[in-house]
Amino acid sequence: MSDRNKPHAPRGTPAPRSGDWPKVQLHVVSGKGGTGKTTVAGALAIALATGGRRVLLMEVEGRQGIAQMFDVPPLPYEERPIAIAPGGGDVYALAVDPEAALLEYLEMFYGMKRSASALRKLGAIDFATTIAPGLRDVLLTGKAIEAVRRADQGRHPAYDAIVMDAPPTGRISRFLNVSSEVGNLAKVGPIKNQAESVMAVIRSPRTAVHMVTLLEEMPVQETLDGIEELHEAKLPVGAVIVNMLRVPRLSPPSLEAASEGRLDRADIEAGLLAAGLPKNLNLDKATDALIDEATDHAERVTLEQSQRIRLNEANRPIYELPEMAGGIDLSALYSLAKMLRQQGAC
Amino acid sequence: MATEKASARTTSTAGGRLPDGTPRLHIDSLLDDRAVHVIVCCGSGGVGKTTVAASLALRAAERGRKVCVMTIDPAKRLAQSMGLTELDNTPRAVNGVIPCDGANSGRLDAMMLDMKRTFDEIVQSHQDTERAQAILDNPFYQALSSSFAGTQEYMAMEKLGQLRNAAATTGQWDLIVVDTPPSRSALDFLDAPQRLGSFLDGRLMRLLAAPARGAGKLTGKIVTVGFTVVTGTITKVIGAQVLKDLQLFVASFDAMFGGFRERAEATYRQLQAPDTRFIVVAAPDRDALREASYFVERLATEQMPLSGLVLNRVATVPLPQLTRETAIAGADRLDEAGEHAVVSGMLRLHADKMQLAKSQRRMAERFCSAHPSVAVATAAALPGDVHDLDGLREVGQALAND
Repeated sequence: MSDRNKPHAPRGTPAPRSGDWPKVQLHVVSGKGGTGKTTVAGALAIALATGGRRVLLMEVEGRQGIAQMFDVPPLPYEERPIAIAPGGGDVYALAVDPEAALLEYLEMFYGMKRSASALRKLGAIDFATTIAPGLRDVLLTGKAIEAVRRADQGRHPAYDAIVMDAPPTGRISRFLNVSSEVGNLAKVGPIKNQAESVMAVIRSPRTAVHMVTLLEEMPVQETLDGIEELHEAKLPVGAVIVNMLRVPRLSPPSLEAASEGRLDRADIEAGLLAAGLPKNLNLDKATDALIDEATDHAERVTLEQSQRIRLNEANRPIYELPEMAGGIDLSALYSLAKMLRQQGAC
Repeated sequence: MATEKASARTTSTAGGRLPDGTPRLHIDSLLDDRAVHVIVCCGSGGVGKTTVAASLALRAAERGRKVCVMTIDPAKRLAQSMGLTELDNTPRAVNGVIPCDGANSGRLDAMMLDMKRTFDEIVQSHQDTERAQAILDNPFYQALSSSFAGTQEYMAMEKLGQLRNAAATTGQWDLIVVDTPPSRSALDFLDAPQRLGSFLDGRLMRLLAAPARGAGKLTGKIVTVGFTVVTGTITKVIGAQVLKDLQLFVASFDAMFGGFRERAEATYRQLQAPDTRFIVVAAPDRDALREASYFVERLATEQMPLSGLVLNRVATVPLPQLTRETAIAGADRLDEAGEHAVVSGMLRLHADKMQLAKSQRRMAERFCSAHPSVAVATAAALPGDVHDLDGLREVGQALAND
């Protein structure tokens, strides 16, 4: 990777709790649909757990993406271990179910568990978890903050870090800011206090919102817009994680030659002969095809470079993860986790 | 290899070799079918739905149809290239449509959906100015119309209904192509409107609305007890002022629609109309195809006519007979000899492509064997972004030639 973007200084051997986010306990991972944010959240959880730490990976959109990624049965509303990180760390997972979170919340704060069935019959639970202005999001963010706070309060199980597979870029600011909006709507009352204490953590250096993107026009634009919205909402922006990057197989001069149509045919034919390709392969056709592929690749890399320049405007640490040509399986997740560590994410 | 080549001829030139026997989705027959007046493009987020919708619309227009395409949140440059500089719900003529021979009647209008404005317009068209303003100012209405999951889907359907009516009365369009909101699940497009409708029309809302209409309507002990528990809880949790806002909102809404659910259901039924077709768009990856599977099954249950699957962004392999292993072995040989670095890189590039195509093919095969009757068209992954009419034309061409 000759022209890799290295916005942060190279570091030495990573010590425990080092990396770019030593104070962060809540890592919120967002990104446009199709950019692989669930994959990145999973890899980040493994990376943070590496070396003996305990990390909770939370899912808030009810799609059971974590279970599928780690190849385990659908997750219940219960924290359970799903992976062991290199060096003995543990990754726990939790699929937050808004209804269960609401009942837990009512019980915890108001001792109201018994009225739950009356509420459900009337559709009040549906109301609260699907439609009520932001209540659903209050419950989801509230659950994450509750997990963060356990360490302060000496309750168990406490985690060194929480990674949230969060809603996509277009909705992330509103999602995280929901407690402050509900706080505005409810002028007084317990929910106001709850909302304020949630916002106190979300707006603090204990939280970082990371954005996953591809080096393509739309995702980069959304990422930049998203970062601006986060700034405006006074929410702490973390890193930008560029995912599914093409592995550059050609040197910059060759890339330039390919995009300008200057690749030397005779040279390539000679190279293919030297490579000892099967005799039945039509040399002419093979040369054409490989030149086409190289030209497409060059166009793609050029596009990626121009988008990378735009991303730099955001002035955030950037981590880059390659496209895993074989698809995402467990071993791919561990490789991605390692790359995140190597680039200083933790 | 022989079978692979044969299937490449019958199903694809884009490299996305599908299992033998997979029916082809004939894009041009669909676009030319004058009995089809609505094409709905569905799929999970990030699969290129907007691009596919716009490509189909442009191709239909150039083949002589009078088309309106409704896009949702298109890429900035693509929007500009279609003359969409404002998010204002107004269909505007797209310049640069090049009709095929003998298809001079074709035209293309495009619009971007403004969810909040669509909702506001419904309110304004059903109320006198003063009452409409009261609703528009209500904090619950503002939250509902701008940020609720489901509202965008509802408004997309509402707008589709309006466009369909306009087309029927003025004859300005004979085909409407719609893009759907970037939901986490493709099913949201079908489910969210009814969910919103049944909530707005539901028991809880009636109970909440009751005090504003006079509690006298609440008869029966059970209802009263339930009501007390609910309002008690809500007051305790969110505060009395919020409840008052909510009740006011519900009351004025109820008076306005007299059955939000019915409205949602009517819109839903339009999707079962015989002149409507669905196209499911997916990228060849696990998540997108899983969503596509759910959606295909659901359409069948609902008796909504599926035309087929558009498999977008398929990796192209121009030289499938050069296997990944052979290419890597060749590259290794060159590297060991320390010569022809460029060719070595090109061979590795080819090997990457072969591996990607193989993994995509595995995903596509899984889908096709689960849904053997679903017709498929593929579009190759383009090296760059689609941001002008030429790019759209290219995608349309690829889909049609597939």
